[in-house]
Amino acid sequence: MIEFLHRPWPWWVAGPLIGLFVPLLLIIGNRLFGVSANLRHLCAATLPSPTEYLRYDWKARGGWNLAFAAGIVLGGFLAGFVFANPDPIAIATSTQADLSALGIVDFEGLVPADLFAADALFSLRGWIVLGLGGFLVGFGAAWAGGCTSGHGIAGLGDLQLPSLLAIGSFFVGGIAATHLLLPLLF
Amino acid sequence: MTSSPNRLGALLVYLGVGTLFGILITKGEVISWFRIQEMFRFQGFHMYGIFATALAVAVPSILLIKKGKIRALNGERIVIPPKVMGRGIRYVAGGLLFGVGWALTGACPGPLFALLGAGIPAIGLAIVSAVLGTWSYGMLRSRLPH
Repeated sequence: MIEFLHRPWPWWVAGPLIGLFVPLLLIIGNRLFGVSANLRHLCAATLPSPTEYLRYDWKARGGWNLAFAAGIVLGGFLAGFVFANPDPIAIATSTQADLSALGIVDFEGLVPADLFAADALFSLRGWIVLGLGGFLVGFGAAWAGGCTSGHGIAGLGDLQLPSLLAIGSFFVGGIAATHLLLPLLF
Repeated sequence: MTSSPNRLGALLVYLGVGTLFGILITKGEVISWFRIQEMFRFQGFHMYGIFATALAVAVPSILLIKKGKIRALNGERIVIPPKVMGRGIRYVAGGLLFGVGWALTGACPGPLFALLGAGIPAIGLAIVSAVLGTWSYGMLRSRLPH
């Protein structure tokens, strides 16, 4: 049983269950699934807000979603720390080869230690991957009005054309960064 | 959500639902930098399988909710505000920037939170940066095309 809890779940188990969160949140409280709104709520809650975009009643509008995000942290702790998968993630051998060629040597865990170890915070590469990367995630999601959950699952799930345009752009940006930007960092 | 015990109860429900979601994206390896690289290199089916099966559930259930005029548990009529296309610039420009960030960090906003819980302290830098990114958008919003 304990061994079972440590095992990763295949896409055909995780995928349909993820899709279920859109109707689940609608039925529980008429809430639309979308995680990046929390970045805006965190701004409104913690940073000076001289613009209207960041000045609103974040507790009333975003309280439910911030609780949802706190739950994600807890879920990550349970599934990724308490019941962590002890084996390296079974990515394609071609991806392993490509990443090895870049200089990634450690394939243990959810993320490469070469980029995410605590000492990454003391390297330029770490600041580009985590600092610039994180900044673009926050800036881009706000500009696009949603992220992988809000556009990719909820928006596409509602057959919204703007969400299709957003998802297509996510992939163009991601593919370009994978092939043009990552090689420059190593 | 009239009295505070009700509000606290509602928050606990969302905390619980969020916990289940966090377990799912972690066990489903959606939060793995390696999986995102595999996806952007078109070398594995895993992430595409996740998206495809998630949508296979989300699309018909949303249609069902709309056609069936289903109400939420609190009695409200469920309304899903449509996304405004406008000139569409925000979706392309914001989307491209988001994609670059997604490839670098290997994490979109949900996974950012899950990785923090999974014991990757360095992801805190990405979270703080993402909040600052959203704040910067807020400051520049009136000058950006949408």
